[in-house]
Amino acid sequence: MLRIALSKGRIFKETLPLLAQAGIKPLESPETSRKLILPTNQKDVELVIIRATDVPTYVEHGGADVGVAGKDVLLEYDSNELYEPVDLKIAQCKLMVAGDPNKVIKQQRLRIATKFVNVARSYFASKGEQVEIIKLYGSMELAPLVGMADRIVDVVDTGNTLRANGLEPMEHIADISSRLVVNKAAMKMKYQQVKLLIEQVATAVG
Amino acid sequence: MPTVNRWLLPEGVHELLPQQAACLEQVRRRLLDTYTSWGYELIFPPFIEYLDSLLSGAGADLDLQTFKLTDQLTGRLMGIRADITPQIARLDAHQLKTEAPNRFCYLGTVLHTRPDGFSHSRTPLQVGAELYGYPGIAGDIEVLRLMQETLRITGIEDYYIDLGHVAIYRELCKQAQLDDEQENRLFDAMQRKALSEINALLSDWQIHPTLHTMLSRLPELHGGLEVLSEAEQVFEAAGDVVLSALDDLRTLATALSKQNLHVDLAELRGYSYHTGAVFSAYVPEHGQAIAQGGRYDHIGEAFGHPRPATGFSTDLITLVSFMACDKRSQKIFAPISDLAHQAEQVQQIQQLREQGHIVVQSLPSQEASAQDMGCEQILVYQDGNWVIQAIDD
Repeated sequence: MLRIALSKGRIFKETLPLLAQAGIKPLESPETSRKLILPTNQKDVELVIIRATDVPTYVEHGGADVGVAGKDVLLEYDSNELYEPVDLKIAQCKLMVAGDPNKVIKQQRLRIATKFVNVARSYFASKGEQVEIIKLYGSMELAPLVGMADRIVDVVDTGNTLRANGLEPMEHIADISSRLVVNKAAMKMKYQQVKLLIEQVATAVG
Repeated sequence: MPTVNRWLLPEGVHELLPQQAACLEQVRRRLLDTYTSWGYELIFPPFIEYLDSLLSGAGADLDLQTFKLTDQLTGRLMGIRADITPQIARLDAHQLKTEAPNRFCYLGTVLHTRPDGFSHSRTPLQVGAELYGYPGIAGDIEVLRLMQETLRITGIEDYYIDLGHVAIYRELCKQAQLDDEQENRLFDAMQRKALSEINALLSDWQIHPTLHTMLSRLPELHGGLEVLSEAEQVFEAAGDVVLSALDDLRTLATALSKQNLHVDLAELRGYSYHTGAVFSAYVPEHGQAIAQGGRYDHIGEAFGHPRPATGFSTDLITLVSFMACDKRSQKIFAPISDLAHQAEQVQQIQQLREQGHIVVQSLPSQEASAQDMGCEQILVYQDGNWVIQAIDD
């Protein structure tokens, strides 16, 4: 049995064609089904649908053998206990520092609102800047507008939400795309099945 | 803290209740007897010692994992061991210094600052064996066989052995003349088999195309024994160090015939102190290795007596968690005797205990019954003798 962890939405939609190349098709859609484990056309392959940020946790602990996770999530998770053999080149965006460049900042330490706490801390540390991190779970753009933070660290696709709120992308931290991640023990014990999947998906990515 | 929570243990701190403890104790005895019969001598290094010695050589990786405190006698920092292996290295290099091979085994609790591994334990019961003073692959084979024996004794049959060899990656990095910073970054990507990152780094650094190809093939060189033949072709021009590492792996793999085997040439677990073959055991439905070991030849340097060394270790509590520990041992209940037969009862109880039976003596005016005490048999006085009778429900 091979269990693949995916998150709903963009990653799911863009992963499906890649899985199809490996001959794997879900028998139900996660949008309509209430099931958490979705069967596929292959008897020994199933999909589990979980939150994007939970994918590395499931895969590291063997709750799933394989998964698809954004590099942003993986950078924040920061573990060497997972394999990331294939860059799927899907769900591409950028991890950036954004803010209002015209606003004068008086205090010594920048206040950074983000859900990427670890990434933000190590990015500013690498620039030699001590900052205050404010952990948020969503709508980061709001924090500078209400005076709670000076900058945000977030993934930026088109930048439209930022601009609509008077913010601008200011510094580039990393290019983001989704990765195929593999549990270390599964890679070793189910290598025939897993290696084949990796090869087929890598070929589909091109 | 409200009194209701006083029973709570710190996160990752475990204890064993009677059934599991009995199970563990049985296995512990059998393991130590087995190690002893293979010539591995039991040693008990201290639970706490100076941080310098715990972290030198093999221990540099353990800094974050080690609980620290100040010695009020000397003002020096002490550490509670997070791994027993560096302690064995210290003993081999100093107290038990010899030029002949030394074989040691050990068993003891170690403490980790962070819960890691599948069991989330911070208090593993580490058990292992180390062979010092012999550089050849035969030493690794012996240690690996002893690790397999350990798994067999704990009743784990269906497992996979993962083999690797850190000298291959180390030699390729040396040939590519990477500096420390580069080697660290490549190591990080290699551990994750992040192929696209590896290729990007190697291109950035303009590594020679031949070495670039070899390094970027490394993460994919894993699978069954056929990987070794493939690797012999890929690394044809990589020089003697790499080729003899592949030879070592072949010898090791052959010695493990009939075993579920996986070879992974990019397995770099414990890279900072391992120098040769590395191996670990995996079981299905468990996302992490359950036992691991390998060669670490320079570990004694920090203590002034470098010697080749190889060994393995595992967490006995994790192993016991795979065992069915529901079997309760049979207990015999001894009720309070009337004065006339008391002496005979005392004698009979002593005899039974000497024969290995468990006899639970009733306490005066005890209200709990034999069954309440978990006993299935009872001593009764019959026809002038104290005899054992089954208790009917």
